[in-house]
Amino acid sequence: MSKTPAGTLYRGREGMWSWVGHRVTGVAIFFFLLVHVLDTALVRVSPDAYNAVIATYKNPFMALLEAGLVAAIVFHAFNGLRVILIDFWKKGPKYQAKMLWGVIGLWVVVMVPFLIRHLSLAFTGGH
Amino acid sequence: MAVSTEIQAPRSGRIAPEYTRHGRSKGNFEMGAWLFMRLSGVVLVVLIFGHLFVNLMVGEGVHAIDFGFVAGKWADPFWQVWDLSMLWLAMLHGTNGVRTIINDYAEKDGTRITLKTILYVASAVIVVLGTLVIFTFDPCPAGAAAELLPSFCQA
Ligand code: HEM
Ligand code: HEM
Repeated sequence: MSKTPAGTLYRGREGMWSWVGHRVTGVAIFFFLLVHVLDTALVRVSPDAYNAVIATYKNPFMALLEAGLVAAIVFHAFNGLRVILIDFWKKGPKYQAKMLWGVIGLWVVVMVPFLIRHLSLAFTGGH
Repeated sequence: MAVSTEIQAPRSGRIAPEYTRHGRSKGNFEMGAWLFMRLSGVVLVVLIFGHLFVNLMVGEGVHAIDFGFVAGKWADPFWQVWDLSMLWLAMLHGTNGVRTIINDYAEKDGTRITLKTILYVASAVIVVLGTLVIFTFDPCPAGAAAELLPSFCQA
């Protein structure tokens, strides 16, 4: 017998894809955070150790990875607020699909200025 | 075919034993976890957006980050409490989220128990380490070159 559950209204469309996106970003952020606490812990080793590792992050390639991370966080955050509204707001379930477009809209509104600022800082080299 | 979007009320009451992946009832734990995901989520939006804004957008952005930058922030109890709350909430939220995902996909008891054990050990190590780092941080370690340290170390 097929292992795929059949005939749920949740399959496909906005509800499912936002859920997939929420899962994938959640796991990605979690693994980032494990590494991030480890590299921050280098401040307890020595100022040199911390600065040396952080210096390797300050290049255009890492700037793109950071942009990807921020894109993931911003989506997860806004979609998380959407999930909370679906659960607690009376009209939430009715507007869930519309709210996903709201999430995407807000995501663009936050990401565009962020990318302009972050990438111009990263590609112009600072000091 | 038009897809009907009418959402039926969820089935409530007892779940037939063949559909549960654990033996006994877990009491209110799952309800607490569900609520915690939502409450911590709201707080994390503020903490993480603030963290990213201050560390990436203000001044020189990432270029400003070095030992002196961290020392300057953690000299202020405000940022110590900020980072400590962010550490604990994000780690508990993330660990619980990954636990849910393991429960969803790992169908064999052995696999599930192994993966969750690894998850809990890794999370505990990171939370303890991160907490110790904030509480034992020394902004002016002896023997370090003065130019790497925040300016208040000379005083
Ligand atoms: C590329 C983006 C990021 C940069 C450049 C960055 C940078 C930093 C820096 C410089 C610190 C040292 C203390 C401070 O400044 O407050 C720090 C600490 C911390 N960051 Fe981030 N961060 C980033 C993203 C994130 C994200 C997305 C999260 C949450 C999921 C996060 C969670 C934390 C936590 C919990 C600490 C405290 C660590 C400890 O207790 O040792 N950071 N980060
Ligand atoms: C920025 C603020 C955040 C908000 C508003 C938020 C919101 C939420 C909500 C409401 C859920 C529950 C979804 C459900 O029960 O269907 C959730 C799940 C999850 N979150 Fe977050 N979250 C945030 C930050 C984070 C961070 C920093 C991490 C990683 C450390 C993370 C990792 C996860 C994971 C792994 C799940 C489980 C996904 C699943 O079961 O499909 N979240 N989040």
